[in-house]
Amino acid sequence: MKIYLKIWRQKDASSKGKIVDYTMNGVEGDMSFLEMLDILNEDLISKGEVPIEFDHDCREGICGTCSLQINGRPHGPDRLITACQLHMRSFKDGDTIVIEPFRAKAFPVIKDLIVDRNAFERIQQAGGFISVNTSGNTVDANNIPIRKENADKAFNAAACIGCGACVAACKNASAMLFTSAKVSQFALLPQGRVEATERVQNMVRQMDLEGFGNCTNTGACEIECPKGISLENIARMNREYLSASIKG
Amino acid sequence: MGILDSKTPSGPLAEKWTKHKNEIDLVNPANKRNIDVIVVGTGLAGGSAAASLAELGYNVKTFCYQDSPRRAHSIAAQGGINASKNYQGDGDSDYRLFYDTVKGGDYRSREANVYRLAEVSGNIIDQCVSQGVPFARDYGGQLDNRSFGGVLVSRTFYAKGQTGQQLLLGAYAAMNRQIHRGKIKSYTRHEMLDLVLVDGKARGIIARNLITGEIERHSAHAVVIASGGYGNLFFLSTYCMGANVMAAWRTHRRGAFFANPCFTQIHPTCIPVSGEHQSKLTLMSESLRNDGRIWVPKKLEDAQAIREGKLKPTQLKEEDRDYYLERRYPAFGNLVPRDVASRAAKERCDAGYGVNKTGEAVYLDFDAAIMRYGSEKALTSGLTNADDAQVRKLGEAVVEAKYGNLFQMYEKIVDENPYKTPMMIYPAVHYTMGGLWVDYNLQTTIPGCYAAGEANFSDHGANRLGASALMQGLADGYFVLPYTIGDFLADDIRTGPIPTDSEEFNKAEKDVMDKINRLMSANGTNSVDYYHKKLGKIMWDKCGMSRNAEGLKEAINEISALRKDFWENVKVPGNANDKNQELEKAGRVADFLEIGELFAMDALERNESCGGHFREEYQTPEGEALRDDKNFKFVSAWEYKGEPKDAKLHKEELVYENIELKTRSYK
Repeated sequence: MKIYLKIWRQKDASSKGKIVDYTMNGVEGDMSFLEMLDILNEDLISKGEVPIEFDHDCREGICGTCSLQINGRPHGPDRLITACQLHMRSFKDGDTIVIEPFRAKAFPVIKDLIVDRNAFERIQQAGGFISVNTSGNTVDANNIPIRKENADKAFNAAACIGCGACVAACKNASAMLFTSAKVSQFALLPQGRVEATERVQNMVRQMDLEGFGNCTNTGACEIECPKGISLENIARMNREYLSASIKG
Repeated sequence: MGILDSKTPSGPLAEKWTKHKNEIDLVNPANKRNIDVIVVGTGLAGGSAAASLAELGYNVKTFCYQDSPRRAHSIAAQGGINASKNYQGDGDSDYRLFYDTVKGGDYRSREANVYRLAEVSGNIIDQCVSQGVPFARDYGGQLDNRSFGGVLVSRTFYAKGQTGQQLLLGAYAAMNRQIHRGKIKSYTRHEMLDLVLVDGKARGIIARNLITGEIERHSAHAVVIASGGYGNLFFLSTYCMGANVMAAWRTHRRGAFFANPCFTQIHPTCIPVSGEHQSKLTLMSESLRNDGRIWVPKKLEDAQAIREGKLKPTQLKEEDRDYYLERRYPAFGNLVPRDVASRAAKERCDAGYGVNKTGEAVYLDFDAAIMRYGSEKALTSGLTNADDAQVRKLGEAVVEAKYGNLFQMYEKIVDENPYKTPMMIYPAVHYTMGGLWVDYNLQTTIPGCYAAGEANFSDHGANRLGASALMQGLADGYFVLPYTIGDFLADDIRTGPIPTDSEEFNKAEKDVMDKINRLMSANGTNSVDYYHKKLGKIMWDKCGMSRNAEGLKEAINEISALRKDFWENVKVPGNANDKNQELEKAGRVADFLEIGELFAMDALERNESCGGHFREEYQTPEGEALRDDKNFKFVSAWEYKGEPKDAKLHKEELVYENIELKTRSYK
């Protein structure tokens, strides 16, 4: 396949970026999207040019490092996958593909296609934990029975890989899906109920401080989420937040 | 034994750890506030160690090359974590977990370390549950278990196919609690480039800020290396792209012995290579072997027809299939340990029975499981007259609930539906049992420098059992290091902050800068990946699933020559005081080119077959590994002496007081 690429190049955080055109020949369907970029980079290096930087690590859809906006969609055209799981068989000969970094005020560009997502880490640091010592001197694991339904829902929320696709998909660049997944994971478990009030308040406060936009319930985040994190989590967080506000 | 004293406590096996904890020195809480600890790597071992150390009161600095600690590759572990809880009442115990691990490791691990691992395993589950890790549960609300290779009990706890992710998020949450309190300072997008020794003790590191390119000095009273394994020296592996040996290797270069470098795990169930463009391999969890049956065609002509696309696997009759693991190992069947399963797949493919275009793939078939689960579900749903199609549908739903994400992952990569046609799998590099030599306290041969998780060598011998890596990482980090490090730090209560303007720091920084400058100025024509791929091919062909003396000697020469060529002809574009992914890769590959040679030397030295180390010269007439306990019942620990070829071998003799050494049999 012959593929035309339009890729965002930006030297560093303070430089102005621009779209640069590249053409790739001999692209095979079995190649992953990132392997296609690897080959382009090898080509640039052989020509003495500076290769395109992009974030990636596990290349199996679980670490959440890759963060490409492909043809206007986070992680590209396929559903329920990350960019590293996208294969070139999703495209056809002669296609033009536009590749940009995830766009949000709270995710400043570091270089080329790499963004700074530390805002997510600070939200988690504000309350995304259960305050239990790591000494191991706790109760036997089976002394905390948990309804399978709740355990499964908590797991589904905890499956969030924190990639930021939800923010990049949202016209408001809201981080509600991410934050609500983290809040829900703990809110659904008896171990997490003890600190539920402070947790939701602290995490939401930090989310607002980071400059993410508000949620207007368009649901784009759920559609683009590679792990299928449900909008129900946002409803749950709103409920948690409201009840926390009433409790004071 | 001089320098290789394992410091294993005396006394009965089951009492050693308790006795040791009672006898080692402690640091009082007020003094802990004056002591700094650096943790390099934030996977399960590093993350849990950092959280526990900070909770105890030490000032902790963590370093990871990823943009967040939670992205470390522990996150990709799929199947589960072992613990001797015996919730299933199927006869499990600390002793049995200990026994299985030593046997599974082919009697090349240290008894006391492994027993301690088994002893604390149950606590890990308690700890994780209290932190909110959502393990799988049954309808009674209790924790569920499954079975893994090389054992006869169900002791594996899991969270669908994302157990590593859930455990790492748990450890990261524990870290976050400490970051929030100011007790951990987390340095992300930072890479350790050197270890700094002051008066023979590990007192800090030199790190590169990967965004600005700045070289930074960080001091501490002790340094923990938890940077994972070195399997990426094979280029293609199930590791993440950034996984590297830099922290461990540079620690080795500063004096820490490197143990058993040739002990590598080649995992039997990975998605086969699809072409030249391949950048990494994807694992299909071992848990799939609970339900999947592995086979190849019985007849060569059928295998050929399948390879040519003229025959479909589903068209092959039962009697024309060779379920070779069930045939060769009736007692354990598809659940033999990983090394045994990998070699058996290679044996069949080498004999011409491979089933994909390259001839390097076997089938992992879920048809029987789908029908079995479907029948059970039909019965419990009251459908007494269900036909085959209904049963199949019900069965597929059960299999999806168990392994859905793995099946989806497979389909995305291979573009085939594994519910309808068997998966194709082939072995791939997955884990390294070798690593920095540590004593019972997890201290390396450098005082004050500790190694935890995959970065050390201690618990898995020559082959790791499934679901034991997560267990070891968390045991080291949550429950072992926080105690043992205190014994060393107790001497440091009056030391005060370690200055970073000393001669030692100057020298280490200069060494690092020189190395970077050499890489930047090589100005050749070949990319870093060019060398990495060449190295990977040498490793896979000559140091992979089976090895022989001749091939290993060739590998040593070829790697040495490749390393020389690399330093002269590598091309690193851009510059060093910027974000530069090629420079990051170059530093990592430079280290792989050194450890690769040591790896081959170690494999050549070990004239026996054990676990993942299979020397063709040492096998039984049936092709099983032939161990030599008389001459090789030791840990090889290599001392750095300049060039890899000059490395000096030390031996830690292994003593078995509680287990009788037997030929490992899974028949």
